[in-house]
Amino acid sequence: MNDIWQGIVEALRLVFSFDADLFEIVLRSLHVTVTAVVIASAIALPLGAWLAVSRFRMRRFTIATLNALMGLPPVVVGLMVYILFSRSGPFGVFGLLFTPTAMIIAQVIIITPLIASITHQAIRDLWAEYHDLLISLNTTKRQRIATLIWDSRRSLLTASLAGFGRAIGEVGAIMIVGGNIDHVTRVLTTAIALETGKGDFALALGLGFILIALAFFVNMTIHILSKTEREGRW
Amino acid sequence: MNARLLFAVLAFGLLATTRAWADEMRLAVTTSFHNSGLSDVLLPKIKADIDLDVRLILVGTGQALKLGRSGDVDAILVHSRAAETQFVEEGFAPHRREIMYNDFVLIGPVEDPANIDAAKTAADALTRIRKSKHLFVSRGDDSGTHRKEISLWGASTERTAEFDSSWYRSIGAGMGAALNAASAMNAYVMSDRASWLNFQNKGNLKLLFSGDPFLFNQYAYLPVSQEKHPHVNRNAATALEDWLTSGRAQKLIGDYTINGEALFVPNAK
Repeated sequence: MNDIWQGIVEALRLVFSFDADLFEIVLRSLHVTVTAVVIASAIALPLGAWLAVSRFRMRRFTIATLNALMGLPPVVVGLMVYILFSRSGPFGVFGLLFTPTAMIIAQVIIITPLIASITHQAIRDLWAEYHDLLISLNTTKRQRIATLIWDSRRSLLTASLAGFGRAIGEVGAIMIVGGNIDHVTRVLTTAIALETGKGDFALALGLGFILIALAFFVNMTIHILSKTEREGRW
Repeated sequence: MNARLLFAVLAFGLLATTRAWADEMRLAVTTSFHNSGLSDVLLPKIKADIDLDVRLILVGTGQALKLGRSGDVDAILVHSRAAETQFVEEGFAPHRREIMYNDFVLIGPVEDPANIDAAKTAADALTRIRKSKHLFVSRGDDSGTHRKEISLWGASTERTAEFDSSWYRSIGAGMGAALNAASAMNAYVMSDRASWLNFQNKGNLKLLFSGDPFLFNQYAYLPVSQEKHPHVNRNAATALEDWLTSGRAQKLIGDYTINGEALFVPNAK
């Protein structure tokens, strides 16, 4: 228990001493994860909506695959991205290994199925409601998808935030593809792993509390900005 | 959603990942080297003396060699002689350069149930642990420390793979994680001296055996071959090698202490 108190004290000390290294890794964590969430959302939201309104032969199979991929093990994703972007791999010429870009790519792969799956669930329910209206208005598929995405934007926000939650706390993949290099690819989670390895539990826990606070802060900001949870709207 | 805003965020996110050019190189080092704290002393001096940003990638010796083979780093600093020699023979490095050595120590519960304190040699100490069947934590991750441990058991004519997991716990993790595990299980563990001295979760553990020359741990620097991987930063790798073997760096290494104990003995030739 004492360790936990020390962790809280350490977290407060780091924040209020305006530790430059801390702010650097916090910003890098945000930069990597927010970029990954934006890219993954740009892929997953239309994909999930398209799956909800389309009928094709392998549909069930595709949706089942997507749902299964939600549980993609980050370490395996990291290893595959590593092999692809290693100098001896097919994309080695880009020299992206051990850069934040490689970390973003790994996180996009991890969270896209998650966001697409939740999107598909949300839009399928709305589609059942809107089906007759949108068909009778003779809308194109593109228009239907756009309408459904816009009208279920609050659920989709939850989908993206779920993706954010998974990405910000992820360590297995980004440790492998980022290499946890000080001042280049070190983020909150890899720093926590490093300090745990040194046996400095107070500092590791302190960083952990900061990570939790950061996730809370981001979620709160988004909810306030998008005006959810207000009277008469949900 | 405002498409232009989305695009701006995306563009910023990708652009911000490309960094301004500076002379920098990637060096894969063992976790034990970094945990010793020596890198925190050397890196700023390297920056000041030869204006080189050394990016450390902390991995086990096995993975460091793998990174060098794939050409993902410019040089490696590891400690596993047989593997290094093979690395050079296969042409992945033009040569290996010895930089310094430290030593391994045996850590265990303060009460020392296997009485390794009284052992004459490292192999004898391990035999005592095996006979007492007291818990022993092995790195089990193909790192330099793990290879050293296997060779030690070999010296006491034992094979680790046949050991009963009721007492021999192979955890497959780094030095810090192994020390944490040993601290939690009150088990014996082999560590490099530097990691042990810097470790902050010692709990009921204590240094019980050290000093056998067999436990010396030679670190060597291997620049990755430019013939195999033309893209490596050979100039930086050479500059770093020259610096590490210079009188100034060797003195810095020899003078580095924790709690008054010297950790490394420089021996570059």
